[in-house]
Amino acid sequence: MPIIETKKLTKKFEKMIAVDTLNLQINEGEIFGLLGPNGAGKTTTLLMLVTLKPPTSGTATINGFDIIKQPDKVRKSIGIVFQDPSSDEILTGYENLKLHGWLYDMPSDLREERIKEVLDLVELTDRKDDRVKKYSGGMRRRLELARGLMHHPKILFLDEPTLGLDPQSREHIWKYIERLAKEKNMTIIITTHYMEEADKLCDRLAIIDKGKIVVLGAPKQLKKDLGGDIIRLKANALDLDALKKLSYIKDISSCEGEVCLTLEDASSHLQEILNVVGKIESVEIRSPTLDDVFLHYTGRAMREGTPEGSWAEKMMHASEKT
Amino acid sequence: MSELKGIYALWYRETKVFLRERSRVISSIINPLLWLLIIGGGLGSAVSFGGVNYQTFIYPGVLIQTALFSSVFFGVYIVWDKKVDFMKEVLVAPMRRTSIFVGKILGGSTDTLLQILILFAIGFILTFVGVMPGLHLTVSSIAISLAFLLMTTIGLVSIGLILGSQMESPEGFQLIISFLVFPLFFLSGSLFPITNLPNWLAPFIFMNPVTYAVDGIRTILIGEQEKVIVGAIQLSPMLDFMIVTLFSIIMIGIGTYAFKKMKL
Ligand SMILES: Nc1ncnc2c1ncn2[C@@H]1O[C@H](COP(=O)(O)OP(=O)(O)OP(=O)(O)O)[C@@H](O)[C@H]1O
Ligand SMILES: [Mg+2]
Repeated sequence: MPIIETKKLTKKFEKMIAVDTLNLQINEGEIFGLLGPNGAGKTTTLLMLVTLKPPTSGTATINGFDIIKQPDKVRKSIGIVFQDPSSDEILTGYENLKLHGWLYDMPSDLREERIKEVLDLVELTDRKDDRVKKYSGGMRRRLELARGLMHHPKILFLDEPTLGLDPQSREHIWKYIERLAKEKNMTIIITTHYMEEADKLCDRLAIIDKGKIVVLGAPKQLKKDLGGDIIRLKANALDLDALKKLSYIKDISSCEGEVCLTLEDASSHLQEILNVVGKIESVEIRSPTLDDVFLHYTGRAMREGTPEGSWAEKMMHASEKT
Repeated sequence: MSELKGIYALWYRETKVFLRERSRVISSIINPLLWLLIIGGGLGSAVSFGGVNYQTFIYPGVLIQTALFSSVFFGVYIVWDKKVDFMKEVLVAPMRRTSIFVGKILGGSTDTLLQILILFAIGFILTFVGVMPGLHLTVSSIAISLAFLLMTTIGLVSIGLILGSQMESPEGFQLIISFLVFPLFFLSGSLFPITNLPNWLAPFIFMNPVTYAVDGIRTILIGEQEKVIVGAIQLSPMLDFMIVTLFSIIMIGIGTYAFKKMKL
């Protein structure tokens, strides 16, 4: 039985649907990613799962308990690191952690041991007795993480855990998260829009956009499903019809104002492609990333939305009509 | 056991934060002093009630005012708290909502009582230097007043928490001050005796639970002057206390329910 199961989970705000009939199953011990652009509905989904926001319709079970009917039992199985700050600024870092230990009924020796451990992890040991008010943005973020990781819940939700952290801190935290999942069989749900983070950490991930799951799978598989390498072309004008005649090209799409081709074994076909398309400004060959997966399934880039009516898009539309 | 630890955690946090926020402690001393010395002194040069000077007369009212403002603000503060601060952390913790409510009430009551203790010290000094003759500050009168103030505070913190838990943004805050806090204060007999009130005003005053707290404390600290008269009944401090207690119990009931329904 999956440890988390959402059943048509839906959240509507006045004018818009933030989470749209979401059906998800997450297994015990898995690191599961929710990947999507700003406003995709990631945070709203988490807040419903941790019982802080009531769904408009549908429900979910967590560790066998219903989030609507048994919120108290759900809260006993979970921990969360929020996207927005939720530490007390007037208290010190250490005091915030101590309060957390009390709220989660940790025995005092275990509490002190864990506080040491997580302070070390996020490198705040020497600042632990400063008020949070005096911390930098990144330090606050690290404190929030330390706090969320401290009580080792059965299921841990991390909402953009490494947002705004330097690469080194990020690496440390990834390692710790992986260790928790492995050693404690903890289930971890992580939202992010860092493709690299999702790629590295997650056993499986769901790409969501506008409240809906676009595609779900293991990162490796998702990339493999795209079917080979990507060639990215930039030019003022391209002979798209000629490209379409090349049968080994599996997919032609516009990406961020350029044209992307998907094909197996790109390097051996490159010469022929360059011959048929005409004059180009630049070309790039690479293996697919999660960015490409996102682009493939949504037609938009993850980072910034493609500017409306870029030349590549217009050309694609024009050639579709003919 | 775990619930008690959680309640303790909430209480610890509120008390720490209160003691560290110097500005709050200072304003809790300055505001009542302004009332006592300026309003009390200014009006007192022209009026006096029930055989004591005006400053002595309003001292119980100033105690209540401090309790009223600090408790209601404390409660309503959770509307910020749950957006940007510590409350979210508490709301996902494995604690019953009822325990969170209890922890909040204990925290708020402690804040308020600390301020009240400072006011009693000020009262001592002012009585000693002769500004407020006729004020009976003894161990037992202070203890009974504290019981009144604590009971009132619990009810008022609950009102604040009820409002704060149901509000989704802090925009309604001014409205609460104008339509709740000030009326509760002005319509309580804190500043004037409530015998011989105009007919339209009397019902508001008798419906206000704060009236009974002021009446009880005034009887204990000053004596039997200017008693509340409801119909033919002279309210004893005991009866006052029962009314205030009833008010607080009802508010706790509503508050527990409101916390169960609280949204982010
Ligand atoms: N309280 C609210 N009232 C109205 N709309 C809301 C509210 N909270 C969220 N939304 C809307 O719901 C949508 C999903 O928001 P959500 O915070 O879940 O996105 P997200 O995927 O977490 O984005 P981000 O990457 O920016 O954190 C957004 O369009 C947002 O404007
Ligand atoms: Mg978010």
